[in-house]
Amino acid sequence: MNALTKERASAIAEQSYKYGFVTDIESEVAPAGLSEDTIRFISAKKEEPSWLLEWRLKAFHHWQKMAEPDWAMVKYPPIDYQAASYYAAPKQKNKPKSLDEVDPELLRTYEKLGIPLREQEVLAGVTPRIAVDAVFDSVSVATTYKKTLEDAGIIFCPISEAVKTHPELVQRYLGSVVPVTDNYFAALNSAVFTDGSFVYIPKGVRCPMELSTYFRINAENTGQFERTLIIADDAAYVSYLEGCTAPKRDENQLHAAVVELVAHDDAQIKYSTVQNWYPGDKDGKGGIYNFVTKRGACRGKRSKISWTQVETGSAITWKYPSCVLQGDDSVGEFYSVAITNNYQQADTGTKMIHIGKNTRSTIIAKGISAGRAQSTYRGLVRMLRTAKGARNRTQCDSLLIGDQCGAHTVPYIESRQPSARVEHEATTSKVSEDQLFYCQQRGLNAEEAMALIVNGFCKEVLAELPMEFAVEAQKLVGISLEGSVG
Amino acid sequence: MLSIKNLHAEIDGKPILKGLDLEIKAGEVHAIMGPNGAGKSTLSYVLSGRDGYTVTEGQVLLNGQDVLSMKPEERAAAGVFLAFQYPVEIPGVTNMNFLKTALNSIRKARGESELDAMQMLKLLRAKAKLLGMSEEMLKRAVNVGFSGGEKKRNDILQMAVLEPKLCVLDETDSGLDIDALKVVAEGVNTLRAADRSMLVITHYQRLLDYIKPDYVHVLAYGRIQRSGGPELALELEAKGYAAFAPEAA
Repeated sequence: MNALTKERASAIAEQSYKYGFVTDIESEVAPAGLSEDTIRFISAKKEEPSWLLEWRLKAFHHWQKMAEPDWAMVKYPPIDYQAASYYAAPKQKNKPKSLDEVDPELLRTYEKLGIPLREQEVLAGVTPRIAVDAVFDSVSVATTYKKTLEDAGIIFCPISEAVKTHPELVQRYLGSVVPVTDNYFAALNSAVFTDGSFVYIPKGVRCPMELSTYFRINAENTGQFERTLIIADDAAYVSYLEGCTAPKRDENQLHAAVVELVAHDDAQIKYSTVQNWYPGDKDGKGGIYNFVTKRGACRGKRSKISWTQVETGSAITWKYPSCVLQGDDSVGEFYSVAITNNYQQADTGTKMIHIGKNTRSTIIAKGISAGRAQSTYRGLVRMLRTAKGARNRTQCDSLLIGDQCGAHTVPYIESRQPSARVEHEATTSKVSEDQLFYCQQRGLNAEEAMALIVNGFCKEVLAELPMEFAVEAQKLVGISLEGSVG
Repeated sequence: MLSIKNLHAEIDGKPILKGLDLEIKAGEVHAIMGPNGAGKSTLSYVLSGRDGYTVTEGQVLLNGQDVLSMKPEERAAAGVFLAFQYPVEIPGVTNMNFLKTALNSIRKARGESELDAMQMLKLLRAKAKLLGMSEEMLKRAVNVGFSGGEKKRNDILQMAVLEPKLCVLDETDSGLDIDALKVVAEGVNTLRAADRSMLVITHYQRLLDYIKPDYVHVLAYGRIQRSGGPELALELEAKGYAAFAPEAA
């Protein structure tokens, strides 16, 4: 690489995170530190019932006794949990009743991010409609299409609101998939979670539009701890999208979310994520620590949960969206693209726990490493004694760009059921000079060539994304790799 | 059209081309023949701008433009096309998508408007038809699982779509059986045009039975040793390369 292209490459890498701006808005921020008082403060802010405060405190006491996990292939300096603030909310006098009452600065922020908060006037069947719940730091600022969804019996609202309006549902399901004691970061989240989305699809209802939550971290020195709970009752269907961005900051910020999905008999949940938190700069300074617990329970017979994730952001990703396949004939799927560039680290994968008979799972994981990044696939397939006739197929492909990065594959397979079948296939390849030159000879520049080759590599996974997301994800794949060739 | 003057090039400090001169006028087909290691592939990579090939002296002009100062993709936009000896596989990228991305990149570089999906589909179908190729081929991933012949035809399809000014065919006949060779040659002949020059690089005379060149050059020891008409290829076939390499004597 000559000096000129090097300069050009780094210039591009520098400017490539276009969501790095900060919204200038007055916020109410809790003092730094984490104690019982902090939790009481959050609970009081949210006007929560006492059972939830008790639940939080139980989680907190458990967390205090736990040790931070160190088995993942990621390195970071110790986190000072007392230095961060656990609550930040844009100041608004009263909770806005409609979008017209929302702070225009906030609306502009979402406009800049390309997130539609105004319900569009749509001609039937022409523009796809997406209902959005927008979470800004610790609170949900707006939820669209609520009326349309209510008419179908669907509940889609901030979880803090659901606690008040549908306490029986929240109490019944919260922590039922990811118990408060599950792991260090899940316990922390349970203690201090501030907002997130709640979805309930009643029996037999097919959700008429994509539901989406857009998470934005804005405030400085705060963590984001959102909690999402999605329940699909018998024979219900929902497709849910999650997007996230954060400003460029030199400090690392912690994001420790918990997502729980419950699918009853014949229900289907499709959960898609495009994770684009700020990854840090090219020297590895700043960026989000994305330590997330996501798990779905296929409780009902013939239920299906499908995770699709495109992970391009964050300085560190620690995330294993999983399926617990309890119901007979239930299906779990995990499709993942994890791209790491510069000094990013990702340790991600899935767990498929087969309990019911004839349960099936598919795992397709694509890891791409460039720069000095390290990418690890870590996956567990467990066949319990009860999982007669269960099947799993895992395909795990790694692609390396340059010679300073690493890719690792750590599959765990445990089977106690002789009739269960588990297949695992893994490949590691490099983007070759031949491929790049071939594309360039046909008119593509180096960056375009890389984006094309990597998109081809990820194709099977990207094809699982809903249409509206797929195009955006393809572009994001290209952008994330800018500066990786020269 | 193409003017190569006193071209010197090396790989890892080892001189390969040592003062090569070549003039090709618009519409002409020139063949370059030579033994292994003569610098045939080096010439094609130097013309297309591949990394690792260092030009130490000389000049290459395409319609007056200095080719050597351009990046590979700029040369492609200027009209240089290389049909590869071993076309490369790109898993997961369909031929359709590849051709669309390539053509639109080139159009953009030339300041032309990009084609939309419908216009592109129409164009690609027409080009496939012109070369007698099935539309099915457009949906397959670039060269993945293609036979040797299919890969070469696929390169010819790319040539048809990108409409280059100068086509360099690097040992297009290597690895082809006689039937595949005929099909590929037919494709190339279809694309012969008054404003398009071709440089056919080959080891054997066989290919020239199907692609009739206007001129034949013998390349050995990094230079053109002799030039002539099509009859030179036959002479070469009869006498062998040794007769044309003065330094070998």
